[in-house]
Amino acid sequence: MSLDADTIRRIASLARIRLSDEEAATLEGELNGILAWIDQLNEVDTEGVAPLSGVGRMTLRMREDVVDDGNIREKILANAPERIGPDGAFFAVPKVVE
Amino acid sequence: MASLTDLTLAEAAEALAARKISATELARAHLEAIDRLASLNAFILTTPERALADARRSDERLARGEARPLEGIPVAIKDLFCTAGIQTTAASRILGAFVPPYESTVTANLWRDGAVCLGKTNLDEFAMGSSNTTSAYGHVINPWRRRGDNRDLVPGGSSGGSAAAVAARLCLGATATDTGGSIRQPAAFTGTVGIKPTYGRCSRWGIVAFASSLDQAGPMARTVKDCAILLRSMAGFDPKDSTSAEVPVPDFARAVGQSVRGLRIGVPKEYRLDGLAPEIIALWDQGIAWLREAGCSIHELSLPHTKYALPAYYIIAPAEASSNLARYDGVRFGLRVPAETLDAQYEATRGEGFGAEVRRRIMIGTYVLSAGYYDAYYLKAQKVRALIARDFDAAWTAVDAILTPATPSSAFAIGEKQDDPVTMYLNDVFTVTANLAGLPAISVPAGLDSEGLPLGLQVIGRAFDEETVFRVAAALEDAAGFDAVPQLRAGA
Repeated sequence: MSLDADTIRRIASLARIRLSDEEAATLEGELNGILAWIDQLNEVDTEGVAPLSGVGRMTLRMREDVVDDGNIREKILANAPERIGPDGAFFAVPKVVE
Repeated sequence: MASLTDLTLAEAAEALAARKISATELARAHLEAIDRLASLNAFILTTPERALADARRSDERLARGEARPLEGIPVAIKDLFCTAGIQTTAASRILGAFVPPYESTVTANLWRDGAVCLGKTNLDEFAMGSSNTTSAYGHVINPWRRRGDNRDLVPGGSSGGSAAAVAARLCLGATATDTGGSIRQPAAFTGTVGIKPTYGRCSRWGIVAFASSLDQAGPMARTVKDCAILLRSMAGFDPKDSTSAEVPVPDFARAVGQSVRGLRIGVPKEYRLDGLAPEIIALWDQGIAWLREAGCSIHELSLPHTKYALPAYYIIAPAEASSNLARYDGVRFGLRVPAETLDAQYEATRGEGFGAEVRRRIMIGTYVLSAGYYDAYYLKAQKVRALIARDFDAAWTAVDAILTPATPSSAFAIGEKQDDPVTMYLNDVFTVTANLAGLPAISVPAGLDSEGLPLGLQVIGRAFDEETVFRVAAALEDAAGFDAVPQLRAGA
């Protein structure tokens, strides 16, 4: 499978990464090289093999259904690039609704 | 006594306990060494005031006879671990001036046990790389040079700063992380010891995530025993990480020096790659001979899917990375590149904030997870991963540990192997299988190549059997008697 320039643009848009034309052209070559190399996986017979998503040997635990965190608004907001509102209590973003 | 920076961690702990040296003078010696060798660029940030305050507290406790396991031991922290109140960068522009309000569990464990914080070490951006040349904070220089050649070499990656700092004697040990070989490959390139423990052994909480099903923290140090001492403090169950293993943490250092007589060592034939450098094969054969002399039995074995580990990794790791790195949106923390609309702001921030290698991996990950390609790539890779894990399961019925080379070459010069991404990826050909299968694996320096550069051997063990890994590694260390030192180091 080979990626063309349009597909590169579409992936970049899905990933929310702005690319210059030059970067997109470079990536097209590089990604195609990587995918061509990855294609060797098709040599492997995986019929009937269950996919392995992780290697944790344990089942996930349940925890007590109690509040054990919270009231840390200032800590959460402390690294915000831009804050807005009374006490700067909100993250600021460009207007998204008219 | 050797100079303060030449002590091993175990020797320093003994000297501190005997009050022959103070934690303060030990911290000072290392801070001075860091300054003197700033040209290595091993650190992104040093914390001298914190180090001296930690050391003073340690000296007080030592005086009262209340020493903790790592009391007064100066360590460096890979800048992928969040440290409360200390800037954490992941070596990326996109984290901007981020100062975590919380502490990673692994570093909290080190401070609980009395370690002294020297600073944050450089790395490949988001731990993606094998040469430490993708950092937004500049390349790290390997303290080793080729004989008769003054060119700067890479320290390996992604934990290149930690590796260089340990090798150059700027710290007694360092934290690192390993997703595909990021502890073991730099350890091999710098003549140091590094272990990636079993997945789940160390909590991932507070470590900047790369590929969550593969990431694992571990120590780097100059001896096997020093790594064992550090791992005991770093490891342990943590309810804040759902994949953290609820298993007891043994005193790993006790395994170091135990006889390996009777252990069954596997030698996988698939690791004898076509075109593998004769020096690497010779070193591997030497390692086999050492273990045989120490009383191990040697068994050839087959791990038939080895060849497919790297291509599977380069689907799985980028897929997980593309999800994990979605959080860098320029809204809640880190860099923001302002734009008219929210979408444009996301794109501008992420376009400028991520370096080329990180962008490449996010793009691959986004593609293999996208509608129509998920089954062909991601699901296929997960099935291959299952087969790789199965290969190891079968091996453990016949052997107790597996011996392989750590890397296919010694350290290379900055700029080499940069022609195309796949050439760089091949650095991890021997290490990546342990990540996919979640197994513990260590790299031990075992000799020098013809150019005078260190080479490492890798020992892989059963899940949660780091003790056997340490035992075998210590036997190799003993037999190798590796005492070569890098040209650039404290006290040189």
